Amino acid sequence: MTLGFYPGCSLKGSSREYAESVLAVAKAFDINMEEINDWNCCGATAAHNMNKELSLALPARILSLAEKQGLTEIVVPCAACYSRLTVTKYELSKDAALKTVVTEANGLEYTGLVSILNIIQMLDKYITPNLEGRVVKPFDHKVACYYGCLLVRPHEILKFDREEDPQSMDVLMLKAGATPIDWAFKTECCGAGLSVSRTSSVGRLSGKIIGDAKDRGAEAVIVACPMCQSNLDMRRDAINSYLGEKVDIPVLYITQAIGLALGLDRKALGLQRHFVKVSV
Amino acid sequence: MSSDTHHSGIAGLGGEVLEHTEVKVSHCYQCGKCSAGCPLSEEMDYPPSVIMRMLQTGKPDLEDKVLRSFSIWVCLTCEMCFARCPMSIDIPKMMDFLREKSINEKKANPKAKEILAFHRSFLDSIRFTGRLYEIGLFVDYKTRTLKILDDLALAPKMMKRGKLNIIPEMIKDRSGVAAIFRKSNKKNKN
Repeated sequence: MTLGFYPGCSLKGSSREYAESVLAVAKAFDINMEEINDWNCCGATAAHNMNKELSLALPARILSLAEKQGLTEIVVPCAACYSRLTVTKYELSKDAALKTVVTEANGLEYTGLVSILNIIQMLDKYITPNLEGRVVKPFDHKVACYYGCLLVRPHEILKFDREEDPQSMDVLMLKAGATPIDWAFKTECCGAGLSVSRTSSVGRLSGKIIGDAKDRGAEAVIVACPMCQSNLDMRRDAINSYLGEKVDIPVLYITQAIGLALGLDRKALGLQRHFVKVSV
Repeated sequence: MSSDTHHSGIAGLGGEVLEHTEVKVSHCYQCGKCSAGCPLSEEMDYPPSVIMRMLQTGKPDLEDKVLRSFSIWVCLTCEMCFARCPMSIDIPKMMDFLREKSINEKKANPKAKEILAFHRSFLDSIRFTGRLYEIGLFVDYKTRTLKILDDLALAPKMMKRGKLNIIPEMIKDRSGVAAIFRKSNKKNKN
């Protein structure tokens, strides 16, 4: 079977291991991920902070291109891209005038009929039903499933899982053989877009997350967002200096953890690309 | 929506917020859950509930302080305030509106210089190539802020791990994306 695929910029650059692991897991289940041709950046935080029309027109172009390509369902692994695409679809569905402005700016047809799946929804729909029989190396570790902000909020628009104490990743990791822990920072913000411009804020916010995961005995943090992963992994020096100790818990994308459980090659999952060594 | 504004009787910035975002600042009853849950409130000059109260007063001097605040820029749009608001007030949506207005009126807080520089470098990168070019973003950001030394050690480590592309990803229809920027910037002075 074939699913549409919107990787987004991070998955082509600083978070390429996320793309590698998504594609490796999909391949293991004979799912062909068809990339949207000539896709553009969703505009991310910068666009919606600066210019509303731009923040809707950029994601709308992506959805129009998917329609043009005949894709009815697209997978968007980056939680931030997933949020921007879903919010755009929602805003344009309830405001015809806005839809006209945006489609005129884009010069592309837009019907809004493409379904958008985040990575957990994709795994739940196409992988989970057959997962347990395929696990050859159970991911037998205590894990802290970290959802972050944009995967679950705003619930009014995304309508995915619970906005605080969500469960979907925990259930998935349980099926992959892990022991998800109960902890307090599942949906607290990592500092996201301030990574470069206010690294100290990210050290504090991400520090609290890693600190709680460590205090509760997690052996790995499991994420589904490249910004969460970058902040918790690449910013570990800032985190450790906030915590005042050296914490070396690795941060894995959920597709990397599932890939390991499926017995996929570590290099194919991009584990060598992490800053904090993945020893699990 | 203008009739809503009329019925609500809100003038000034609160009325503008209502007109452009449908967010009703009048619905806030100051429970403070947004400020308690906000991960950035300790770095803000006015926490979210205080911003709401300032807008409720309708006083031009307080509205001006909102547009000049650091709060609106350090807000990460993590959506925690909206999730916890008992009146379901979409504060993040309001923040987007306030930020855009703050730039258009040239009132952006000087402390937000780096945050704004990052957003501008980010958008410039997309404007020219259609996709984010991370090396270009870093160089452009450093040029804007003169923060030359920050994160200098990070780049070679990222490179070693194959996390930085030397050559930017360029889309074919760059003129289409550039046109989107041009058209949406007509109404926007940033």
